[in-house]
Amino acid sequence: MALSVRTLDDGAWVSVADERRTGASELWRVTGVCGCPIAEFVVEGVTDVAVDGRTVAAETYGRCITCGRSTTTGPIPVGRVLEGRYEPIDRNAVRRPVGASSTV
Amino acid sequence: MPTDVERWKSETYGNEIREHLLEFAEQGWESIPEDERDAWFERFKWWGLYHQRAGQESYFMMRIGTPNGVLEPGQLHVVADIADEYARGPAENPEFGAAYCDWTTRQSIQLHWIRLEDVPEIFERLEANGLSTQQACGDSWRNVVGCPVAGKDRHEFVDALPVAMDLHETFKGNDDHTNLPRKWKVSVTGCREGCGQGDINDLAFEPAEKDGRRGFNVRVGGGLARNEPRLARDIDVFVEPDAVEAVAGGLSALFREYGDREDRYAARSKFLVDEWGADEVRRVLQAEFVDRELETAGEDLREEYTYNAGRVGSGTDDRPAGGHDDHPADGHGDRPAGGHNDHVGVHEQADGNYYVGVNVLVGRMGVEDVRELADLAAEYGSGEVRLTQRQNVLVTDVPESELDALLAEPLLEDYSPDPNPFMRGSIACTGTEFCSLSIVETKNRQVRYARWLAENVDLPADVSEFHVHLSGCTASCAQPQIADVSLRGMKTRKDGEPVEALDIGLGGGLGADPRFAEWVEQRVPADEVPGAIATLIDRFRERREDGEGFRAFIERTESEGDLETLIEPSETSYEDPYMHNTKTTWYPYADEDGMDASPAPARADGTPLAGDD
Ligand code: HEM
Ligand code: SF4
Repeated sequence: MALSVRTLDDGAWVSVADERRTGASELWRVTGVCGCPIAEFVVEGVTDVAVDGRTVAAETYGRCITCGRSTTTGPIPVGRVLEGRYEPIDRNAVRRPVGASSTV
Repeated sequence: MPTDVERWKSETYGNEIREHLLEFAEQGWESIPEDERDAWFERFKWWGLYHQRAGQESYFMMRIGTPNGVLEPGQLHVVADIADEYARGPAENPEFGAAYCDWTTRQSIQLHWIRLEDVPEIFERLEANGLSTQQACGDSWRNVVGCPVAGKDRHEFVDALPVAMDLHETFKGNDDHTNLPRKWKVSVTGCREGCGQGDINDLAFEPAEKDGRRGFNVRVGGGLARNEPRLARDIDVFVEPDAVEAVAGGLSALFREYGDREDRYAARSKFLVDEWGADEVRRVLQAEFVDRELETAGEDLREEYTYNAGRVGSGTDDRPAGGHDDHPADGHGDRPAGGHNDHVGVHEQADGNYYVGVNVLVGRMGVEDVRELADLAAEYGSGEVRLTQRQNVLVTDVPESELDALLAEPLLEDYSPDPNPFMRGSIACTGTEFCSLSIVETKNRQVRYARWLAENVDLPADVSEFHVHLSGCTASCAQPQIADVSLRGMKTRKDGEPVEALDIGLGGGLGADPRFAEWVEQRVPADEVPGAIATLIDRFRERREDGEGFRAFIERTESEGDLETLIEPSETSYEDPYMHNTKTTWYPYADEDGMDASPAPARADGTPLAGDD
């Protein structure tokens, strides 16, 4: 069965199956959103979310608190769908935007 | 593809949400089908209920829309009673206690920890007393704001109160204007001082004169949110008071038809005006949405505006024998020479009575104090109170003979009509205490900032007002961009740990020459912000030219390329108990504050429901 995924409260949340799973103010480690090898990225809001295969990925805007760059991002993984259930990505995992040129 | 929100709105929105809401309330929180929760919570906003953030599931923020900030005699008692009975959560706030009311920057009221099950009773009591939560949130006409002393102001140019009230009556619950692409914020100003803050609203009516007739010029497309602040744009239209409704309805319909429903981030009217330009807005309004011939703009009063205009020296007391007189003899005709920068203090009304503006630090009052204030308003005034856009309260209609007794009341020691400038100038939004978008703690922090600044920092003697606005994120509910010092939530690392931090901006304000703050320093650890403000004030004192106001000083310093030299974050005696990522708690001030300790979601009686996993 397909899980419903959407943004909620004007970008405050990624909702998966009507449950708020991840959202504004989280600190993510992400590659490729600024000049830093790994950005420390404060999510200020989620602009879109979609399921691609098993990966749930969110487009966001926010800021790297290492270099200060404010930016909007392409889809960044927030979780996976495994056997119809949603598993959030570990908070400390290094995330790579979906569609970024090289593989993990 | 339409967004989910648009799909839900097209299915059920507006007045009809109410019967569903009341039915869910009757059956209890758990009766909302799990796979419909997102949809219903979105719709509930239209009836003033906003689901609180993670860790507080099943509790709601409730907003009561008080048009133009007016609470009629008796209504404040009702609000106090409702807050006392229903706005008590599972934990106390250390500054404000277990139950409190928030006065907001859009002259509304917010209560927290509201249980769905209590909503029918609350609605009944509100509505029996002429109050409502209708359209207080959601994609529609929000609370109509304006000059809080409309109809009472001695120097008023045109009486805007009937106009604001008529808009409220006409567009609340109006099926043609129920479902807009996004929120629609309207301001009506009739005074000479610009207190309606029209510039930052979607639709603004501002005082103007044409061929000897008094009315309003119209501006469209202002707003502050999301790093895209815009001033409302002049569409070159003059309306007399009796034509306001038609033009406002036309512009709301124009927004309804042409606003962006595909992308909520591009949906506010400011983006439509960006895209079209003011001329095109006017052309389409005339061609498609109003019958009468639009008149070109009249002569406005913007050059005279004093409200939040950054001028030096304005009064808090204009009693006959009061402190400084803010209407010296050279004021021409009915014009105030000094003019107000806010409404704190004692001011004469047109009818010879007085209004007393009391300062409410960050807009929050414990319920006992609210009740006491309602008593004082009934005892000394008419019982009416009004809310301002600076989160303060006015007790109106006080006869001169009663002033001294009112001013001697103990409550006015805490809510002063003549406060320290840092207490007076503080505004803070909801923040991590309840708000999903927030990045930092706001209200309690700003209380501590203001107290520390009041104790440790002196402004130059001729500077009596200084505005510090703290918003927890870029939505800008505390209107940071129009303050002397703008603070906006961020994070940083300090000693290796992630901590709450603030961006600091300088020199914003409204008036004849409105200006958004310049963001000067980013990611200052929250405990170093008071130190930064202290050095900022020192440098202002050292470097200002004779009589130069803060805003003028910032503009000059900027033109000289020296803004960065004004900010030097440092630790001081100030202590900040909220450095630790308050958003990761279920409630930042609970003894056991971890998400695991959250009692939510809870049943109507507050007992926790078992989580699903
Ligand atoms: C639960 C708490 C709150 C939430 C979730 C919330 C949500 C939001 C959002 C999403 C925006 C951005 C609007 C946009 O993108 O166009 C916004 C802006 C704003 N809100 Fe709030 N808000 C909250 C509390 C408040 C309070 C306490 C006030 C005070 C009246 C307030 C007044 C405003 C104002 C003045 C703006 C910005 C100006 C503008 O763009 O028009 N909000 N809020
Ligand atoms: S400014 Fe941001 S944090 Fe503050 S109340 Fe508004 S949405 Fe919440």
